[in-house]
Amino acid sequence: MIALLLILVPLVAAALAAAWPDSRTRPWLLPGAGLIHFVLAWWLFFNPPVVEAGAWLGFDPLARAVLPVVSLLFLVCACYGVTYLRIRSERPNRTFVAALLAVLGLLSAGHQARHLGLLWIFTEAVTLAAVPLLHFNGTPRAFEATWKYLLVGGTGIALSLLGSLCLGYASLYGGGDGQLTFVALMAQGGGLSRPWVLIAWVLLLVGYGTKMGLAPMHTWKPDAYGEAPAIVGAILAGGVTSVAFTALLRVRAVVGAAGSGAVADHTLMAIGLFSMLVAALFLLGTRDYKRMLAYSSVEHMGILTLGASLGRAGVAAALFHVWSNGLTKGSLFLSAGNIRRAAGSPSMDAVRGMSVLTPRSAAIFVTGMFAVTACPPFGPFFSEIKVLRAALETGHWVATAMFLSCLLLAFFGITRVVFGIVDGRPNHAAKAGSKRFVETVGVIAPPFFLLVLSLWLGLFTPHIITDAWAAAVAQLFSTP
Amino acid sequence: MNSILDLILRLDCWLLLAPLLPGIINKVKAWVAGRRGPPVLQLYYDLARLWKKGVVMSTLASPAFVILPAVTWVALLSAAMLMPLGPLGAGLTFRGDALLWLYLLALGRFCTAWAAMETGSAFEGMGTVREVSYAVLAEAALIAAVLTLSVQSGSISWVTMLGPPMGAGAALLAAGLFIVLLSENCRVPFDDPNTHLELTMIHEAMVLDHSGPPLAAILHGASMKLLLFTVLLVQAVLPMSQLKPLAAGAVLACGVLGVTVAVGLVESLLARFAFRRVPLLLTTAFLLCLFALLVAWKGGLA
Amino acid sequence: MNHAHLNLLIGLAMGLNLLALGTSRLPLLIRAMSAQGVILGVMPTLMERPDWRVLLVAAATIGGKGLFIPGMLRRAMRTVQIDRELEPLIGFVPSILLGAGGTIAALALTPMLPLLPEHANSLLVPGALATVLTGLILLIGRTKAISQACGYLILENGIYLFGLLLIQAMPLMVEAGVLLDLTVGVFILGIIVDRIQRAFDSLDTRKLTALHE
Repeated sequence: MIALLLILVPLVAAALAAAWPDSRTRPWLLPGAGLIHFVLAWWLFFNPPVVEAGAWLGFDPLARAVLPVVSLLFLVCACYGVTYLRIRSERPNRTFVAALLAVLGLLSAGHQARHLGLLWIFTEAVTLAAVPLLHFNGTPRAFEATWKYLLVGGTGIALSLLGSLCLGYASLYGGGDGQLTFVALMAQGGGLSRPWVLIAWVLLLVGYGTKMGLAPMHTWKPDAYGEAPAIVGAILAGGVTSVAFTALLRVRAVVGAAGSGAVADHTLMAIGLFSMLVAALFLLGTRDYKRMLAYSSVEHMGILTLGASLGRAGVAAALFHVWSNGLTKGSLFLSAGNIRRAAGSPSMDAVRGMSVLTPRSAAIFVTGMFAVTACPPFGPFFSEIKVLRAALETGHWVATAMFLSCLLLAFFGITRVVFGIVDGRPNHAAKAGSKRFVETVGVIAPPFFLLVLSLWLGLFTPHIITDAWAAAVAQLFSTP
Repeated sequence: MNSILDLILRLDCWLLLAPLLPGIINKVKAWVAGRRGPPVLQLYYDLARLWKKGVVMSTLASPAFVILPAVTWVALLSAAMLMPLGPLGAGLTFRGDALLWLYLLALGRFCTAWAAMETGSAFEGMGTVREVSYAVLAEAALIAAVLTLSVQSGSISWVTMLGPPMGAGAALLAAGLFIVLLSENCRVPFDDPNTHLELTMIHEAMVLDHSGPPLAAILHGASMKLLLFTVLLVQAVLPMSQLKPLAAGAVLACGVLGVTVAVGLVESLLARFAFRRVPLLLTTAFLLCLFALLVAWKGGLA
Repeated sequence: MNHAHLNLLIGLAMGLNLLALGTSRLPLLIRAMSAQGVILGVMPTLMERPDWRVLLVAAATIGGKGLFIPGMLRRAMRTVQIDRELEPLIGFVPSILLGAGGTIAALALTPMLPLLPEHANSLLVPGALATVLTGLILLIGRTKAISQACGYLILENGIYLFGLLLIQAMPLMVEAGVLLDLTVGVFILGIIVDRIQRAFDSLDTRKLTALHE
């Protein structure tokens, strides 16, 4: 029941936002609904409900292992959003607020979907709901980014439907009775038709991989993250991608139960390492700090995928990384948004000396950069160490070497851009622009808080959270 | 004795009836446009007039300039001899005659192209290039069509290939062959036989410098080729082997007339295509024949 | 299942694929796409024992893919006043040859897939594969926003064809596919909205190149 409220509250709030007459007070719906969602999600986290095996929707261990951090991220972003929308009061915010709340509701639904078709429906709905968010700025560049997002994302989502249909046919061919919950599919296990399962796996990997932004289907990501408001980037990078990732985990479990787990792991590892490599190479070349964050996100999706291919320990590490990456990336996006607002340009060619103009945001940005490139003692360091350990324990020496060298290249690329914009003497245009932007508590506290959370997660990973990850792993690797 | 008579009759049929077809096409075009148009027998008058005239030779041209049109004409007539005529059967039949038929057509085109380049005129060279580049694509479609007929009858001899009725692929094959017919005989939308502008000519550009009896041979050969393709199209699509000889002959005659009228209608209703769009149409013809082949092959398996 | 009729319809849909690939005129592309939508919508009614859910899918498909979306596309074309000639990235002859090659490959590959006996003689699977491929070629090979939307719709038609295999066992999956129409709707909305904002003139996606690396 409460699990359903997780979906309904944001959707009702979205409807309310669409009908809300006053655009000055409307943004307050964001933290309002976010807070209710946060309380519900964490209440469920501490008191996990019993989910019926055949239920189509439910707060099962996998949802419990990921949804709370999405809720947390959303709440912090929502608080930032209130200030942000006050600064951007010249843009109409009715669609933006409604769409953002709808995204939260559909994300909760997607994380809790235990049915192949339902999962697809919610992923599709999230994709569509995010469209107005990307188009918020209304510029030609924003339209271009939105168009690419729709085209690439739409194709990906269509292919994942085709993959879902193939998996359905695998079940039908194996004598299934039309039950498409993941539990039923896993129970059918070896009875699934193997060729169809493999076809379905490839299509679903491409489809949901597009949503995650794995290379070579990542092309929408730099444009979308570069042109969308910072808060949207944070929620896409930390929330929407995580739905696609858990979708892949659920499908991977079915493929594993059907006896093709080794093939699935190999493809996951290959695409994960390829994403890391592509991201690292692009990071060395990009001159735009918001696009840099997008490539960094591609890299971290690669790490997640690599983790998912390394068995139980790897999946647990990947779930850890979902948390640490989501929080850290959120902090980076929000502080980058501040810098962008003050500097007036996204390119490191035009922006420098931000440590003078926006000292606090720049400090958070630099610290966040160290966190995201896996410097201790932040969360990503510990989660990536765990991925590394899982890779070594399973004897994947080449993958380990590639993983480490990609991290090193990414470190070079990211530090190059970050110090390029933070260091030096500010130019005149930026000085004039920064007069209009004041570093109030409303825009500094959220990214700072997320950074602290990332630090806390790294230093004192609470037992109850690691237990939740372990329970999710047990759900995914259960052999009936 | 009887076979000699048969041969003469058949030769007469091809030689005398062929020039009728362009006349019918022109009449249809005139009728659609609301004109009286030239008489149906106009080509016969033209041929007679050309036969009486002398030959003008370029100082650059070798004797091949006169010999090659004759070779073309003979090649086309031999190809016509291989093509069965409904109840009459073919004048000459052996295993693989369909392949020889394809080669004879190619030989005819080769000789025309060679003769066109004998005088060294730029226009004729241009016309040759266009003609040959279309022919490459049209030939692919024609070969696919012959393969289709061969696959579904399991033979490479015209008499048996044109015997059995086509299945579901008949419509595809008919459309494909009709496009090939238009292209091979230089009709609209590929080429305009009535054009007077050298820049847009294709086939006409190739024969600009010919005169007298060689030109007559070329014109007569072209009309035989048109009849040849029309007969092939009708026989490939309409099942005639089950009919009585007289009925089959009537069906063939009506079919040929129908296709000729259709060519005339296409010419009145369509404008000529731009050069860059022609490959697309010929590719379509190739695909139509290819899918007919696929249907014949799949049907054979099932 | 009424095999002969169904296969004839699928054959027609496959022919429309090639037409869509070969045409250089936007209105013809839209017409081919809408005809394909209607053909696809008729198909479920030919299957045995169509119940109300199946009929609902049929009605939604005919209405959405066959009438509503093409109508919106035509409207978009009028409001935006787009030049009706398409400019391809992949030429018409290469794309039609690719499409035909894909169709033949799909026909040749299908016997290798394990199919239930009632689907073994049906053209559903090769038709679906060929249509998906056509959609992808159009998505990649055309520059105009509207023709890309058409390509997406044809891709979707292919997925729907595949879904017909499952329409009796798991109707939900097929019904979910109707949501894809919504994506196309958003595409078209985007085109119209953008025109109102006059962000750029020609709707040529090649002009969408401010963002590149």
